[in-house]
Amino acid sequence: MKLLTCPVNGTRPVSEFAYGGEIRIAPDPQSCSDAQWADFVFNRNGAPGIKREWWCHTPSNTWFIAERDTEKDRVLRAWLPGSEP
Amino acid sequence: MPWRLLRFGLNSKHPEPRMFSDVQALKPSYDVVIIGAGGHGLAAAYYLAREHGITNVAVLEKGYIGGGNTGRNTTIIRSNYLTPEGVKFYDTSVKLWQDLSEDFDLNLFYSTRGHFTLAHTDSAVRTMRWRAEVNKHYGVDSELVGPDFIKRACPSIDISCNGHAPILGALYHAPGSIARHDAVAWGYGRGACQRGVEIHQQTAVTGIEVKGGKVVGVQTSRGHIATNKVLCAVAGSTPRLTDMVGIRTPIYIHPLQAMVSEPMKPWLDHIFVSGSLHIYISQSARGELVMGASLDPYELHSTRSTLDFTEGLSAHMLDMFPFLSHVKVNRQWAGMSDMTPDFAPIMGKTPVEGFYLDSGWGTWGFKATPVCGKTMAWTVANDAPHELITGFSLDRFRNYSLTGEKGAASVGH
Repeated sequence: MKLLTCPVNGTRPVSEFAYGGEIRIAPDPQSCSDAQWADFVFNRNGAPGIKREWWCHTPSNTWFIAERDTEKDRVLRAWLPGSEP
Repeated sequence: MPWRLLRFGLNSKHPEPRMFSDVQALKPSYDVVIIGAGGHGLAAAYYLAREHGITNVAVLEKGYIGGGNTGRNTTIIRSNYLTPEGVKFYDTSVKLWQDLSEDFDLNLFYSTRGHFTLAHTDSAVRTMRWRAEVNKHYGVDSELVGPDFIKRACPSIDISCNGHAPILGALYHAPGSIARHDAVAWGYGRGACQRGVEIHQQTAVTGIEVKGGKVVGVQTSRGHIATNKVLCAVAGSTPRLTDMVGIRTPIYIHPLQAMVSEPMKPWLDHIFVSGSLHIYISQSARGELVMGASLDPYELHSTRSTLDFTEGLSAHMLDMFPFLSHVKVNRQWAGMSDMTPDFAPIMGKTPVEGFYLDSGWGTWGFKATPVCGKTMAWTVANDAPHELITGFSLDRFRNYSLTGEKGAASVGH
C-alpha cells in the first residue's frame, strides 16, 4: 500500500497518514471485572484478517475509519466516523 | 579443483554426512511437537534431546529451516538490558553463545565487536546511565562513555551527525557481538537430528486439537499427529496459532525491514545503534554493512520491502557516516515482528495444558536463541516455567505486572 484514500482529502501518499490501531469497544470500567479490563487494555486480535482501523490524515488532522486486509495490505473502503456507507 | 571436491561430485552416494536427515513420513505420535524450525524451535529441540533425553520430537516448519526471522535479523548479540529479569536472561544467552561454535563443531563466525548505543539527547544519556548501573549490578560489562571515546573507537563517525543530532555519549557494551545467523539454525538443527529429533520442512500446522483444556494432537498439511505437548516458536505467525487454541495475547505484528550494502574493506569494528536516528549498523565477515531501522508504522502480515525504508535509513546513515554516500545497497528484506506492549517476550506455560509459548520476540529474538532453547526445553520437560523466564509469563498481562523493557530496545519503535 503506497496510497490511501482519505474520505475528505482524496488519495494521498501513505506517508501522510498515521495509523491508530484496530477499532475496539471499551467495556464499562464501572461494571466490568479486572480480567475483562485487562483483556481490553492489553490483548489484541493479532491474526491477519479484514479489520476496521483508525487512520489519521496528519496534515489536515482528519481521523477516519478504514477497512483493510492486514495480510494483503489493501484498503477496501474508508469513511468518516458516523457516516458508514 | 580440490581432489576431494571432485570425488564428492562424481560419487552418487554423498560421501560427506548431510546436515539433516532425509524427509521421512510423519509418525502417528510424538512426545513433543515443536512448531517452527527457526533458531528458537531447533534450539529447544536440541536441548530437549541433549539435556532431558526427550528425542521422540518432531519439529514442523511450513517453509524451510531458518527461513523466517532467524534468517532476517541483523545478528546483533548483547545483554545490556534494562530490567533485572532481562539482564540475567540475556547474559546467560551471551555466555552460551561464546561456546556454541565448539559445541556444534561448526563455525558460527561469532565475532565480539563491542556495542555502542548512542545518546543524542539528555534524556537518552539518563537512560544509558540507568542501564549501565543495572548492568554493572548484575556483572555485565557496560559503561557510559563520552564522545571522545566514541571518536577514538571509530574515526569515520561524524560526532555532530551533520549538526542534526550531536552525539552526547553512549552506552558501551564490550561483549556485544555478531554471528552468522543461518549457521545457528543449522547447528542446532544438525545437533537435534543427530540425537534423533525429526525435522519436517514444508509441513504447515492447520489446527491444534484441545480436549478438556489439554492439547491432544496437531493437524498438519501432511496428516495428523497425536501429542500432549506442543511448543509454539513461530514469531510473526504466533497469533494465528494462539487463535487455534483459543488463547488471547497482546501480540501484534509489524514488519521490520533491514538491508545490506555492497561488500567493502573492513572499516567498522564495532556495532553502532542510534535510537534517535533509528539506525543499527555492523560490518559482517563478508564486508557488507548490515543495517536496520525501526518498525514499519502499521500492522501488516507480509514481508514486502519498501523504498521509503531504504531512503529513510540511508539518509540517517549519511548523517552518521557521510563518506558512505557512494556505497550501493545490495539487498533489502523484511521480517514479521511479534511485538508486545512492554517489549519483553512471552514465554512459558499457557492456560491450555501442554501448549507452551516462546513468542513475543519482536525485534530482539536472535540474541536470545540459545537461552530460549535451553529454558523452553526445561519448561516443556518439567511442565513448569524455568526460573529465568518467570518474568516473561503470559499471566503478567492479566495481573498488570509488566516487565518494562522498552528502554533497552535498540531503536525507539
